[in-house]
Amino acid sequence: MSKNLFNKIWDSHKIASLNSGQDQIFIDLHLIHEVTSPQAFGMLRALGLKIAYPQRTFATVDHIIPTSTLKRPYQDSLAEAMIVAIKENCEEFNIKYFSPEEGSQGIVHVIGPEKGLTQPGTTIVCGDSHTSTHGAFGAIAFGIGTSQVRDVLATQSLALGRLKVRRININGKLAAGVYSKDVILHIIRVLGVKGGMGFAYEYGGSVIDAMSMEERMTICNMSIEGGARVGYINPDQITFDYLQGREYAPAGEKWNEAVTKWKSLASEADAEYDDIVNIQAESISPTLTWGINPGQAMSIGEKIPTLEQIKEEDQGTFEEALEYMKLEAEKPMVGLKINVAFIGSCTNGRLSDLEEVAKYVKGFKVSSNVKALIVPGSMQVKREAESKGLNKIFEEAGFEWREAGCSMCLAMNPDKLQADEICASSSNRNFKGRQGSPQGRTILMSPVMVAAAAIKGEVTDARQLFKI
Amino acid sequence: MTLKKIKSVMGKAVFVSGNDIDTDRIIPARFMKCVTFEGLGQYTFYDVRFDQANKSLNHVLDQPENKNASILISGANFGCGSSREHAPQALFYFGFRAIIAESFAEIFFGNCTTLGIPCISLSKDKINLLVKTLADKNSEIKIDLENKLIEIENLKIDFQMPEEALKSLIEGQWDSLAALLENMPKVKELEKQLAK
Repeated sequence: MSKNLFNKIWDSHKIASLNSGQDQIFIDLHLIHEVTSPQAFGMLRALGLKIAYPQRTFATVDHIIPTSTLKRPYQDSLAEAMIVAIKENCEEFNIKYFSPEEGSQGIVHVIGPEKGLTQPGTTIVCGDSHTSTHGAFGAIAFGIGTSQVRDVLATQSLALGRLKVRRININGKLAAGVYSKDVILHIIRVLGVKGGMGFAYEYGGSVIDAMSMEERMTICNMSIEGGARVGYINPDQITFDYLQGREYAPAGEKWNEAVTKWKSLASEADAEYDDIVNIQAESISPTLTWGINPGQAMSIGEKIPTLEQIKEEDQGTFEEALEYMKLEAEKPMVGLKINVAFIGSCTNGRLSDLEEVAKYVKGFKVSSNVKALIVPGSMQVKREAESKGLNKIFEEAGFEWREAGCSMCLAMNPDKLQADEICASSSNRNFKGRQGSPQGRTILMSPVMVAAAAIKGEVTDARQLFKI
Repeated sequence: MTLKKIKSVMGKAVFVSGNDIDTDRIIPARFMKCVTFEGLGQYTFYDVRFDQANKSLNHVLDQPENKNASILISGANFGCGSSREHAPQALFYFGFRAIIAESFAEIFFGNCTTLGIPCISLSKDKINLLVKTLADKNSEIKIDLENKLIEIENLKIDFQMPEEALKSLIEGQWDSLAALLENMPKVKELEKQLAK
């Protein structure tokens, strides 16, 4: 039995054993954004500490940035104060800031990979739970709190307890119209929202092997929704091809050295795991949520379950979920009217997500009853989409084409649901109030399913509408 | 940095029922537009405590008998979702100094421990017993971390907690920064080696 990738990286990044029983782990890459970093800088100042390795921290602004106009000052004075704070903090502490001024901002988990900052074999943290996204490259990447942001700034390290590793094999072949979003929603549905506690998830199998990097990022992104702080995929030729030539990726002779090292880190066939789960690809259909956590999901052809069909440990929130969502057991989701459609977020706001949607919406019109937004994950995604004419296709179909940011995934900017509106959303959380209204209702699904719902004005099977 | 040794927490407790209470519910995202944590306490559980006209809904947290409660009791998977430290900070500034729940989401658990807020896991049955005793007696709870016991009236309930967190609280090392800083020479050594 050999070591899996997680344990190889852990061991090579271990600085010391601490008295607490935790390990002190070196952090290669630290990403920060405007919401969870200002207090950490405040703590550093209060303690009179400097940043140990400013060149290992990169900043951007994503959560509060408006997507309809970038005009400053922002109408929301609190948001304005936050964007001022991150710029000033980066200047004072000499941190590279991907800013709106230079048009390089975007969702932190979209720009890390696209700049080539996210690399195999590294430890990556950010004050954001969806940092697990970067695990798609064979990195140990996870979200941290603000006191830990302070720790990383001051010491480039963290006090951590080692996780167990669960290998999740997805073998077989996905049917047409079934996407990586459906795969991860299915995994969470099967293993539960608490299932990953104490584990890092290693995703593998023929389905994962065949996926593009962007599809893999969607899978790793939602690991935390299954309770797993870390999710990763072993690096392979697809990973290397994606990275080669990117701004911060190794170049020249260093490239070959890096690839040799990265290859040696991947878990081998005889790697040891604490648990193994096998899922057959053919059992996965387009999947969507009906409740108030991402595990409360069903396939598009099913009906909302009854209490008896729910695992006992999950029964506690069943009634609460149906009451909040104003839905009934044993009814289909197909045909449910929606008010808003949102395509974007660190889960599904990348170029391939937008290309896939554009492929199908040509010639269709968004329902007059639906407000439909498409929010690119970064300014680079926006520019690439526009150079391919995708924005024209979207706008002709009746979608609003916006500036980059987190937008309606968590509604810290002006993009919000009103009252109890229902939103078909390509984001990652369907928590109560998540999209900005305390009564707002979220249905998670793949971008193509969101597009289909926007056009029909109701939840629908995209495979039928688009003849996939 | 000298930190308080947290060997026990005493106080009144309040039960907020429900499973999978996520950090968006503990502190809705719209209240995170701030550059300091002070002042977050008032927004704790805002959307279940107030209606849209900001009128109190007389939530359990706002009922007179629960004023000054310093121990929060809840269900399974408490604190799931976002890594926002705003959630434990809001609970801290609201006045909570310990949380008892069936289970905790990992990032939230770590964030709480770093702030010196013990997160105590108890089985559903034990939580029910505790809540029932509270309802009957309305007395104070003592969480004895050294002996891993919760005491209320004559009742003693044992609990489990990961040893690393327990030790760091009892020994006053729950904020890891000092320990990390001590090893900076080793950090520099490893950084050089990894940067090769």
